[in-house]
Amino acid sequence: MVNKKIKLFLILSSLIFIFFTFYLGLNKNNYYTTENIVYKKIENFESYEFFSNKKISFKNISPDKKYIILNIWSSWCLPCRKEHKNLIKLRENIKVDLIGLNYKDKFENAKSFLSELGNPYDIILKDKNGLISIEIGAYGVPETYLINNINKKIIKKYLGPINEENVKEIQSLAKQ
Amino acid sequence: MISHLGSYSLIFCTIFAFLIILQSAKLIGNQSKIFPKKIYTIITLQLFFVIFSFSCLLIAFVSSDFSNITVYNNSHTEKPFFYKISGVWGNHEGSLLLWLLVLVLFLFLFILDTKNYDNKYKLLTVIFQEIIILGFLLFIIITSNPFDYIFPVPLEGLGLNPILQDPALAIHPPILYIGYVGTSLIFSSSLAAVINNTVNSEWAKQIKKWVFLSWIFLTLGIMLGSIWAYYELGWGGFWFWDPVENVSLMPWFCLTALLHTILVLEKRNALKNWTIVLSIATFSLSMSGTFLVRSGILNSIHTFANDPSRGVFILTFLFFLIFLAIIVLFIYSENDKKTSNNFNILSKETAVLVNNWFMMYFLSVVLIGTIYPIFLEVFTNEKISVGPPFYQKLMIPFLIPFFIFMSFGPRVKWINDKLKKINYTQIIVFISSLIIAYIIFTNSSVSYLFSSFLIAASIFLVLNSLRDFFSKSIQIPQKISHFSFSILILSILLNGIYSEEFNSNMKVGDELKFIDKTIKFKGINFDEKDNYKLLRGDFEVIDSGKNTLNFNPEIRIYNQPVISTSEADIKTNLFNDNFIVFTLLKDNEIFNVRYQHKPFMIWIWISIIMLAFGGTLAVIKYGK
Amino acid sequence: MNNKFNIISLIIFFLFINYSFADEKIKRIDKVSKNLRCLICQGQSVYDSQSEFALSIRDLIIKKIDEGETDDEIYDYLKVKYGDWIIYDPKFDKNTILLWLIPLILFIFGGLLIFRKVIIIK
Repeated sequence: MVNKKIKLFLILSSLIFIFFTFYLGLNKNNYYTTENIVYKKIENFESYEFFSNKKISFKNISPDKKYIILNIWSSWCLPCRKEHKNLIKLRENIKVDLIGLNYKDKFENAKSFLSELGNPYDIILKDKNGLISIEIGAYGVPETYLINNINKKIIKKYLGPINEENVKEIQSLAKQ
Repeated sequence: MISHLGSYSLIFCTIFAFLIILQSAKLIGNQSKIFPKKIYTIITLQLFFVIFSFSCLLIAFVSSDFSNITVYNNSHTEKPFFYKISGVWGNHEGSLLLWLLVLVLFLFLFILDTKNYDNKYKLLTVIFQEIIILGFLLFIIITSNPFDYIFPVPLEGLGLNPILQDPALAIHPPILYIGYVGTSLIFSSSLAAVINNTVNSEWAKQIKKWVFLSWIFLTLGIMLGSIWAYYELGWGGFWFWDPVENVSLMPWFCLTALLHTILVLEKRNALKNWTIVLSIATFSLSMSGTFLVRSGILNSIHTFANDPSRGVFILTFLFFLIFLAIIVLFIYSENDKKTSNNFNILSKETAVLVNNWFMMYFLSVVLIGTIYPIFLEVFTNEKISVGPPFYQKLMIPFLIPFFIFMSFGPRVKWINDKLKKINYTQIIVFISSLIIAYIIFTNSSVSYLFSSFLIAASIFLVLNSLRDFFSKSIQIPQKISHFSFSILILSILLNGIYSEEFNSNMKVGDELKFIDKTIKFKGINFDEKDNYKLLRGDFEVIDSGKNTLNFNPEIRIYNQPVISTSEADIKTNLFNDNFIVFTLLKDNEIFNVRYQHKPFMIWIWISIIMLAFGGTLAVIKYGK
Repeated sequence: MNNKFNIISLIIFFLFINYSFADEKIKRIDKVSKNLRCLICQGQSVYDSQSEFALSIRDLIIKKIDEGETDDEIYDYLKVKYGDWIIYDPKFDKNTILLWLIPLILFIFGGLLIFRKVIIIK
């Protein structure tokens, strides 16, 4: 009889445990993002400058700057179009270099995109087959990264278009 | 107007559910042999109102009444008539109404079926079933009312996702739900039998056909979903170990175990507690399936519109039922020690236990694989994927012993069988299996030693099941189902080993070589149908024997909602399926073309249908 | 009996002639990409998806294979970038120890229960 009660107790308590785990699980966001995977070092890579097609190494970019901002964009991506005015605003208010990474794009389309909406970038690099974006840990366009230019580690990620609040946040983070 | 009526009748049903529970509880002590007329009448009325309510939703869908929010969200005037009907259960709210309909209908049929049974047992079953019905009614009314209004009335609906506009998927939910809901009746009646202290051969005989019925529908329901995934998703596979698929497989394993155990209870009056545990577990798993799918807790291909309050409701209700069941079980169950006797190692009883052992193992693999990521995330905040490799690694090694047990199991006699000293036929069967497996492997590119043993074991099972047809001690339904199962396994294995796929980007006019075949992309043409435009590709596949196959896969662009889908073109014959699907890439000129050669595909479907057919024969036999 | 089996084996034999080998590298690319989740798709693998992300990952796999990396090295590289979520086959580590062991423990436990229930009559 005692044995039976212990059994009952064990079963009921494990059920309660499962119940609460599920309950907590319900309140979790189940859309996966990599936003929290930060403080990883970006290994050096080589790319070509957008206009001049000159070879550039990532490690030689803006050598005098403590931070850089890297923005992945493409002329065929609609959210990029929406985001662009915020990038321009960001560049106006910040002393940090803004690096564009032109993702899987056609040169002509990208050029007319910039002449139409303005060019906020200090340097634009080309990512012809998307491999540089993978090296950085991106999975879509647009994405924006605040990077410590001394140790090449990612400080903050913004997946999707940045808004005005993000602009302010980047400004305050890059001041430190 | 119609929506009002539907909504009110649901409220009536709720009142009836309360009435039935109260009245039945009052009448339980009554010694009368005749089932109380009053309760029978209310159950009939309840059934009527649920059917009425369901019809209201049906009419709203067919007449495209967009003042109803469910219709607005899921239908469109241009949608074909057939899919207007299937739209009723192609969404969260409507599918729950269908679920409710089956719950009430099954209870009604149960009452009709058990004319000569003990009143107390019937009334208790009614009470438990009505508790479930009540739970679902409240769930529908509080969180998912299909009759909610929208004002001002929109002129046009949002349409049904075209990927769901498909004949197999249109009938998949009703079939699957009958399977799921059938287990509710097993749950209710097993608890009733526990309280009534009648968990015995007679009860087993009576509930057996419900077990088989649920199992048949669940089997067919899973198959329909799988067929749909095979040709509609265009990935060429038929099982992806997606959480939503797993969720339907879990009650299937449990029900299959129950299917065998119930026979031991019937013939030998043994394994009482275990039968009850399985009955409760089967329904709990069906319910957890609903919870996992509808609450949005899982990340899956198939998602319903999610709402956390729904998740909380089903979760609470599910655990309420499990608690209720466990407490009933602990208070009323007989002490196992007194009634149980041991089984002889060489007996059908033991064979059934071994079957259960494997079923429970496969169940645990699928269950743990499905819910483990949820647990891990809650406790460590880390997200992992548990995909096909996990299930394959944990299940495949266990298949070999399972096949060997299953080869012998059906022929073992009840109580006590004797082992023959040397069984020559068995040796011949064994050697033939090895030879066939060897022949298969010398002709394939797969060179794992393990796979060859797996194939050998499954051929051994096929040959033995074939041999069982000549055995007099095995009943025909069982012969058919076991043989079909062995064919199913063999076709899945051979299909897995011999499938070949070609995946490449092509332009019109391209010609590419793939192993010994040539694939030609001859052209595309445009066409327009009622509710979609289409792009039809013209492909030709020439094999080494100069045989040509023509394929016309389609890319459809639906009007409402604007979504494009790829329709595979599949050429099926007895030995293999040839499959081409193509999708448009960004540049409008280049297409991704996927050609697949899938041997024995048709046998997977045929064997599942035969498996279910075996079950149907059993129901007919037991129904007499 | 024996005759029947001969016929069956003959039939099966004829079904399987004419098979040859596919290109090993393509097979490896397919195998690796089937084990990777396309992060921006719903429940699709990198192999199944035609999204830009999946296409880039496939290019990456080709590049890494050409550089002579093993499958595990490719998985580890992507895990650092995107987390464990991207791999369909969970590795055996401190997070997944229970995932792999619970089913096996249950299997042994079930076997013991049956063993207790069964006796041998001579």
